[in-house]
Amino acid sequence: MKKLLIAAAAFALTAGLAGAQTVRMGTEGAYPPYNFINDKGEVDGFERELGDELCKRAALTCEWVTNEWDSIIPNLVSGNYDTIVAGMSITEERAKVISFTQNYIPPAASAYVALKPDADVKGGVVAAQTATIQAGHVAESGATLLEYPTPDETIAAVRNGEADAVFADKDYLVPIVAESNGELSFVGEDIQLGGGVGMGLRQSDAELRGKFDTAIQSMKDDGTLNALIKKWFGDKALLF
Amino acid sequence: MFASCADPSTLEGLSWLLCYLTSGKHLLFYTSIGTVLLLLAITAPVALGFGFGGAMAARSHFLPLRWFGKAYTSMVRGIPDIIFFLFVPIALDQAFEWVRHKALCPESDLPVWQGNDFVVCAAAKLPLSTSPPWVHETYAFFLAVLAFSIVFGAFAANVIYGAMNAVPRAQMETAEAYGMSHRQAFRRILVPQMWVYALPGLSNLWMILIKATPLLFILGIRDIVYWARELGGSKTSQFDYPHPDWRLYYFLALLAFYLLMTSLSERVLRRISARLSHGQATLAGEQQRKVAA
Repeated sequence: MKKLLIAAAAFALTAGLAGAQTVRMGTEGAYPPYNFINDKGEVDGFERELGDELCKRAALTCEWVTNEWDSIIPNLVSGNYDTIVAGMSITEERAKVISFTQNYIPPAASAYVALKPDADVKGGVVAAQTATIQAGHVAESGATLLEYPTPDETIAAVRNGEADAVFADKDYLVPIVAESNGELSFVGEDIQLGGGVGMGLRQSDAELRGKFDTAIQSMKDDGTLNALIKKWFGDKALLF
Repeated sequence: MFASCADPSTLEGLSWLLCYLTSGKHLLFYTSIGTVLLLLAITAPVALGFGFGGAMAARSHFLPLRWFGKAYTSMVRGIPDIIFFLFVPIALDQAFEWVRHKALCPESDLPVWQGNDFVVCAAAKLPLSTSPPWVHETYAFFLAVLAFSIVFGAFAANVIYGAMNAVPRAQMETAEAYGMSHRQAFRRILVPQMWVYALPGLSNLWMILIKATPLLFILGIRDIVYWARELGGSKTSQFDYPHPDWRLYYFLALLAFYLLMTSLSERVLRRISARLSHGQATLAGEQQRKVAA
């Protein structure tokens, strides 16, 4: 029994030492260019590159995990991974459950996209991804909200006529509109929502949040973050 | 996969399609078919075991065991599958981690529940966060098999319980008249004869199990439905192989897969049924005897 206890203690100690440095990064993997699964089957995109760089600066070993958007917060707080790096806008509502680092993308615009330039975005049917700030905005705007689990399905809903328009982050919509051969177009004004995109962590994980905060600040200071935003979102993207 | 696929933007027609269908992402899609088959292969016998145990418990002469058997079948059968699948793996996972936390980190005086957060010490994590990805995947798969087995075991328990009661009482009386003990009669007379009564119910369960495998994605395992949706979604030129919305074709392939699985199963089940009816005092058994005579 005693031997067993010693062995268990030794195991706990070594595992604890080694375990302190691996951070599991949770993402959705369905929101290009923020994060997506590339054709090799790996997590790719702006946030992959950013996350890897942040881990390097904070001297952490990181590993990427994908999770449905719907359950991405519950799985973080129950400890299945340690961070959310999934284009998540900082909002008061979310900050009650998890804590955010400073933003790594400035408060960016959301926009409507539709088949016809005169689509009714105030009173018609508007598609948005479940549990996003855009879905919340549509629900309050007077339009009928049609929710989908993945962003790709919101675009498909507009293409096949289920919804009059889709409301999403403009950065996500720009390449889709550009490559639709004129089928899709932006409608109305851009709308500013949320406090920018930040990394989500458990509220009890203040130490890890501090490390990532410092790393993000250092990337802001030396301009690498702006360069990365330009690379993935084009020259018109908002910079720090 | 092939050297000629290095730059997909230069490819066209059939060679593009060939490269597209052998991309790393597609290979993951094909492996996920194996995951589903593996789940079926492991879950079916385990659930049958749970069912047999549950049925025996429900028939037990020992009261608490009988209560346990009855409670198991009625509770699990009464809860919607999807709620069960959301609840059981999370609850099991947290229970395992809590026990490990108490055992491995006795010096830690921090509460496990901190506000919304469930926090155990690094050594109590299951699997450890340092473990390679395949350990995490295997662990998630193990939880999935357990959840599926508990749910389908409860249904199987009720089917087997009914089948055991359907064996004619005269058969058991004859066994007793031959001087067999209770156990002997159970093993030699009751169990071999009950399968033919259990089979229709069990074959239903098997079919439902095949169709329930897409629930895997709720448990964080990427199954064929996840990959079909992911691969079929429209892709901009940010991807190596841009294409419009092709979900229809991918879901058609899934349709073919599930139809193939169920029609194969039906054929096998028909054979088993014929075999089990052999020599039984049932209508099917009687018909077989007449044909042979």
